[in-house]
Amino acid sequence: MKAPVGGKLTERDVTPETVYLNRRQYLKASAVGAAALMAPTLKASESAYGTDPAPLWLKSQNKQASPSPFSTTEKLTPYEYVTGYNNFYEFGTGKDDPEKYGQDFKPHPWQVTVSGLAEGTGTFDLEDLLKGLGVEERIYRLRCVEAWSMVIPWLGVPMAALLQRLKPLSSARYVAFETVYRPEEMPGQASFFAAIDYPYIEGLRMDEAMHPLTLMATGVYGRSLPNQNGAPLRLVVPWKYGFKSIKSIRKITFTDRQPQTTWEKSNAREYGFYANVNPAVDHPRWRQSEERRLPSALFSSNRVPTLPFNGYAESVASLYQGMDLRKYY
Amino acid sequence: MDKMLLTRWFWLFLVLPFAFAGFRVVQVVWYDASALGPDPAQNLVDLFGTIALWFLCAVLLVTPVQTVIKARWLLRQRRALGVACFAYALLHWLSYAGLLLEWQWQNLGQDLLNRPYVIVGFLAGLMLLVLAATSNNASVRVLGLRWRKLHRLVYPAALLILIHMFWVARSDYTEVALYSAVVLLLLLHRSRQRAKSA
Repeated sequence: MKAPVGGKLTERDVTPETVYLNRRQYLKASAVGAAALMAPTLKASESAYGTDPAPLWLKSQNKQASPSPFSTTEKLTPYEYVTGYNNFYEFGTGKDDPEKYGQDFKPHPWQVTVSGLAEGTGTFDLEDLLKGLGVEERIYRLRCVEAWSMVIPWLGVPMAALLQRLKPLSSARYVAFETVYRPEEMPGQASFFAAIDYPYIEGLRMDEAMHPLTLMATGVYGRSLPNQNGAPLRLVVPWKYGFKSIKSIRKITFTDRQPQTTWEKSNAREYGFYANVNPAVDHPRWRQSEERRLPSALFSSNRVPTLPFNGYAESVASLYQGMDLRKYY
Repeated sequence: MDKMLLTRWFWLFLVLPFAFAGFRVVQVVWYDASALGPDPAQNLVDLFGTIALWFLCAVLLVTPVQTVIKARWLLRQRRALGVACFAYALLHWLSYAGLLLEWQWQNLGQDLLNRPYVIVGFLAGLMLLVLAATSNNASVRVLGLRWRKLHRLVYPAALLILIHMFWVARSDYTEVALYSAVVLLLLLHRSRQRAKSA
């Protein structure tokens, strides 16, 4: 099981992040982030956030997480909501379905298949794929397209570091991700009236994927990812609507063509490829100019204005220079 | 079963869901802020919408059920069921407008102009309002034969409500399909009855 089919990963492939990540520049850009250096969730005992059934190697890699200057200091959304109020349609469309129906899902052992325009193609055990990569804690805002938002302390590795060790070719302009397809463990995938195609597919432009803010998450709240949050491996792109942050990733494909994503296929008028958080572009269903920061109260819904790129404009706006964001929504 | 007793206590059945929702609200406000989850207003909007839908199905069910089990007492409760449906639809709208949008009239207006599912939902609500307002004995007397005609509005209202649900659904149509099957079966049954009696 351990032998990679196509390529082999060695310690040497652990590319220095600095190639992609000019830390100094971002440290300056996020002076606020510095205050978050005392990451609150890392010291929490495991029992406070449920039992963690992940294998030892993942637990210990997550335990060694270091705080990140990219973290926000905003008030965290409580653990019970981060793990009890989810959109993960593979487990059902209700917000509490993923927690309820996700418990039979078996995220370990896990393999990731890498294909397309890269040197490091093949099927890898997750442990090998992540070996030697430094896990960080990143407290990010998560803005759902349904006009609610949370503040979540993720654990994960910078996507750039992970992708770099797969040695993408210079012809690779996009990277596509695919969720595992296991209808026997994921009741939503087996639904007869499902309006979206499974397996779920998402994608990023290569420069978006390599951006220092883009995270491949392996945990949340100091523990490994619970099934309902996309165990064992999920994407987190904080400046895009939540549905871009694909969960339980089974396949990574480097390509020269823009991948057609699941939501685009289902309803291209409502969901674009870019899906950058943008208060100026209305959605046919939800007003995007503001959001309810959860938890909201019954008689005061805690509305806050939605910021361009979910408040990360300073870091990411340059990626979209010259693009008409109304057209490329 | 004592039919008088059933008639006398029927209102309990109508307010039971309201008591349940009320209990949750009391819980949220005074005891446990998480009783309705992290997005309580949205939760309440969905809850009242679903309850209204149940009563709509109940109203449509009365006639066919009545022909099978010959329960005339049930027929007399039909108007009460209809008023309950309207009341819960009103609570659905009130919690949307008051709790979720916090009475921002500009946004309410924009939703009503721009979002198709809001438009059809609002139209259905207006129809239910007309029906509820003319559900008293006096209206029946005054309107006479026209009353029956007017109250056939419940059928287009039901169709609009299904469309409302269909447009709200994002990724799975199981629930909509289920309710659609129920409502369409009942509509079919009605139209065949009418064809027979014509």
